[in-house]
Amino acid sequence: MSVYFPHKKLPYLLVLPQLVITLIFFLWPAEQAFEQAFYQEDAFGLSREFVGFDNFVYLFNDPQYYKSIWVTLVFSFSVAFSGLAIALWLAVMADRVIRGKLTYQTLLVWPYAVAPALAGVLWWLLFDPSMGPVALWLQYFGVDWNHFLNGDQAMTLVVISATWKQISYNFLFFLAGLQAVPRSLIEAASIDGASPFKRFWTIVFPLLSPTTFFLLVVNLVYAFFDTFGVIDATTQGGPGVSTATMVYKVFNDGFIGLDLGSSAAQSVVLMFLVGIMTVIQFRYIERKVEY
Amino acid sequence: MYKLKLASAVIGFSIASSGFAATNIEWWHAMGGANGEKVNEIAKAFNDSQDAYTVKPVYKGNYTETMTSAIAAFRAKKQPHIVQVFEVGTASMMSAKGAIYPVYELMRESGQSFDQSGFLSAVTGYYSDQDGNMLSMPFNSSTPVLYYNKDLFAKAGIKNPPTTWEEMESVSQTLLDNGVKCGFTTAWQSWVQLENFSARHNVPFASEANGFGGLDTKLTFNGSLQVAHIEKMGEWQQNGIFSYGGRRSDSAPKFYSQECAMFMNSSAGYAGIKKNAKFDFGVSQLPYQGSAISEPKNTIIGGASLWVLQGHKKEEYKGVASFLSFLSRAEVQADWHQFSGYLPITRAAYDLTKGQGFYAQNVGTETGVLQMTSGTPTPNSKGLRLGNFVQIRDIINEELESVWAGQKSAQAALDEAVKRGDVLLRKFERANK
Repeated sequence: MSVYFPHKKLPYLLVLPQLVITLIFFLWPAEQAFEQAFYQEDAFGLSREFVGFDNFVYLFNDPQYYKSIWVTLVFSFSVAFSGLAIALWLAVMADRVIRGKLTYQTLLVWPYAVAPALAGVLWWLLFDPSMGPVALWLQYFGVDWNHFLNGDQAMTLVVISATWKQISYNFLFFLAGLQAVPRSLIEAASIDGASPFKRFWTIVFPLLSPTTFFLLVVNLVYAFFDTFGVIDATTQGGPGVSTATMVYKVFNDGFIGLDLGSSAAQSVVLMFLVGIMTVIQFRYIERKVEY
Repeated sequence: MYKLKLASAVIGFSIASSGFAATNIEWWHAMGGANGEKVNEIAKAFNDSQDAYTVKPVYKGNYTETMTSAIAAFRAKKQPHIVQVFEVGTASMMSAKGAIYPVYELMRESGQSFDQSGFLSAVTGYYSDQDGNMLSMPFNSSTPVLYYNKDLFAKAGIKNPPTTWEEMESVSQTLLDNGVKCGFTTAWQSWVQLENFSARHNVPFASEANGFGGLDTKLTFNGSLQVAHIEKMGEWQQNGIFSYGGRRSDSAPKFYSQECAMFMNSSAGYAGIKKNAKFDFGVSQLPYQGSAISEPKNTIIGGASLWVLQGHKKEEYKGVASFLSFLSRAEVQADWHQFSGYLPITRAAYDLTKGQGFYAQNVGTETGVLQMTSGTPTPNSKGLRLGNFVQIRDIINEELESVWAGQKSAQAALDEAVKRGDVLLRKFERANK
């Protein structure tokens, strides 16, 4: 059965708002960034010079930049993976609870309302090597916690802070997904004698795959673009450059260092990378998703 | 959030309505908390003293946020009249010739009497051009000093705070032997351990008189004296004499919790330490290498100054000028100095504070002033004028951290920092020529 709309112009009119928004909030700034990447400018915009590919040449001759690409990959995949895994586990647990369900769910959603910078400061206080309760507790168990000196620990700290915030969001979607799984299927499997573990992996998890895929994309985008507040509040990219992700560098060079040309060149590179990642996700990972 | 907006709207309205006939002057600043309230008080005192102008102070976040929002506002032609800019932003402001209204010109053109010689030269040196004209109005200046825990010193049987780095090592060792966990820690490592270290030992941090001579400056802080100092600190990090605690003032808890017996930080940190330390503490001057020099030079300042931006009416600039005159009055400055812990910027304010007996009652508050005014500033101790300095400090932080972590030698790290920093200086030179 097919539905036919006689109007020729109406569909265009209906997508127009979306197009206008995309134009103003994405294409126009993207074009500006692209243009800016070929100029060198003083902070006040009083003088401007076309420098061709200089900003990019400078970037790709900078060993620190390659390091930041690596840092970004480690950071983003750690955040996305742990964010999804922990949220799924919590959602399964919360779904099983019968008494006080709403309380648990509300508490679990809470962290999402916290601003990224606040979340950063919170974890920074908890892990402060000389007065943070978690750090002192770790030291009690013989772990020499000092994220001001140890790059791996600093990375762990920013991953924890960034993940913690994202878990609530993932949790909401997973919980909704779990509640949409037909009870009859699970009951049938139970009657057939499938263990809870088997029921989860063969029935529930495959049915959750569209949710998981959606969340994977959202989480990677979050880890890529939305985490400079957390990093700035916890480690400022240090020690050394061990937590300076690409987007933190964009923020730092552009907004703090006022080096707009380099910052714009970096965002063009970032845009390009995220483009590739999106293609990979939709071409190869999406095939494994069953809607 | 809504309440905050409402509150700021109410405050904004009450400020605006208090002088509807007067010319409004906007002042963007980065003074939060108690200092921010003091800033409002100063502005109110000025507003009450005359009825032609109304100064509106607006808190814009931290130093970086204040500076970047002023620049963004300038690009959108909505700039404030006065903006507070931290010392590392000085070169960026100075190079923006069409954007700033040099204070000495402003004062001359508005017919305000303005005596530059009344200001402390160690402060104005930082904000003057090559001919010695003041480009911005110093407001809150500080300089690093050494805070020490008198209780821990007494327990270890140490009478005096160390004056040289050699003593720093032996005193720290004695402290460690007496059960103290760490000898000393430092805040703002680039500012204290490299910038001020260089100034105090009269060695250049950068060529062209630390950047005052022109934009074609090159970094030189990888000299033998600085390398030896950083190398020593790297060693000390391993044996507990020094303990690194973060880039900004993140190391303060190490001092508050008595983990470290000594702490190098801004003189403006005095109030914070007084509030947080549950022990008797003292303030003394930064140590110097006794084997290299017999007498140290002055230290250089940090903090911020007030810049006037172009693009407003002549009448409004008259108000700006009379406000700046008001700000540099001895009573206003002395009050601000005593309240905040920042240095007095004029000799008159210093003398007034002394006369009031403030230093005698608050032991240690004079240390920064004495240290900063000892001797005449040399080209190496006048201050720093480097473009892209915010990022250069980041690079220094990164490289120093690799020394503290034992991954790089001091020589390799400082060489690398100089190399990376020079690239940024060349970029700045190109963008501002």
